[in-house]
Amino acid sequence: MSRLFLITFLDPSFGGILSRINLGSATMRVDDIKRILKRKTVGIAGCGGLGSNAAISLARVGLGSLVLVDFDKVEEGNLNRQYYFSDQVGSYKAIALKENVRRVNPSIAVLAHLAELTPSLIADLFSGCDIVLEAFDRAEMKEMLIECVQTAFPSMPLISGVGMAGWGKNDLIGSMRSGNLYIVGDQQSEASDDNPPLAPRVGIVANMMANLALELMLGSD
Amino acid sequence: MKIVLNNREEFLETTKQSLTISELLVLKNYSFKSLVIKINGDLIKREKRETASFREGDQVEVIHLISGG
Repeated sequence: MSRLFLITFLDPSFGGILSRINLGSATMRVDDIKRILKRKTVGIAGCGGLGSNAAISLARVGLGSLVLVDFDKVEEGNLNRQYYFSDQVGSYKAIALKENVRRVNPSIAVLAHLAELTPSLIADLFSGCDIVLEAFDRAEMKEMLIECVQTAFPSMPLISGVGMAGWGKNDLIGSMRSGNLYIVGDQQSEASDDNPPLAPRVGIVANMMANLALELMLGSD
Repeated sequence: MKIVLNNREEFLETTKQSLTISELLVLKNYSFKSLVIKINGDLIKREKRETASFREGDQVEVIHLISGG
């Protein structure tokens, strides 16, 4: 793996150099921010490290609705990066995250689906969303979700987290854009047994995804 | 053939008038398992890689996806 990675990474035409994102910046009072966000719905595919942390941030700033999808249960080993508590080990992630999100912000509407996403389910569950966050763990699931969302909803912004394992290397983390597809992460640090994803870097990427979602939602109103 | 690959000009060593995505992946040694590919902004699904083609001047994007989340 590491040799293939090196070859590809050294090839300057590959990855990391898609268009920079420049949506412009604006300022707004907190009441106006809440008024806009109240009407918005964000879909989150996968309630692991990226999905759980992004959901909490979006709930804190006053998002109106979340659609959470995950079939997994919280495990002890998830607590090093995912927004769950030790007494939630064994609970379904989508349900536990709904509880945590609503403890932060009781007025947010949360639809929690316990399902493994398939192409037809993706089109169903995310049809009412303003933005979808791709927060899966496995690369092949990321590919499937991106293909499905970009095909079913070509005009819907889709934010995908790619590359956040390990620690340090703050400067490598960034965001890129390709049409309505946004890639956040360092695009090179793959999670493995020898390079586990950990709370700080996963949290950074999750919050950059939430931050970009905010920029898109507040900018498009 | 000169194309724009991931927003950079790229010269591909070929005598063909058009290349398929599968041919590009071999030519460039792109060996990642999971990829998102676009030609002139249009998403090319995995099952279309053998047939979807591009020619001189086209914009091609190859985004590699890696595990972790």
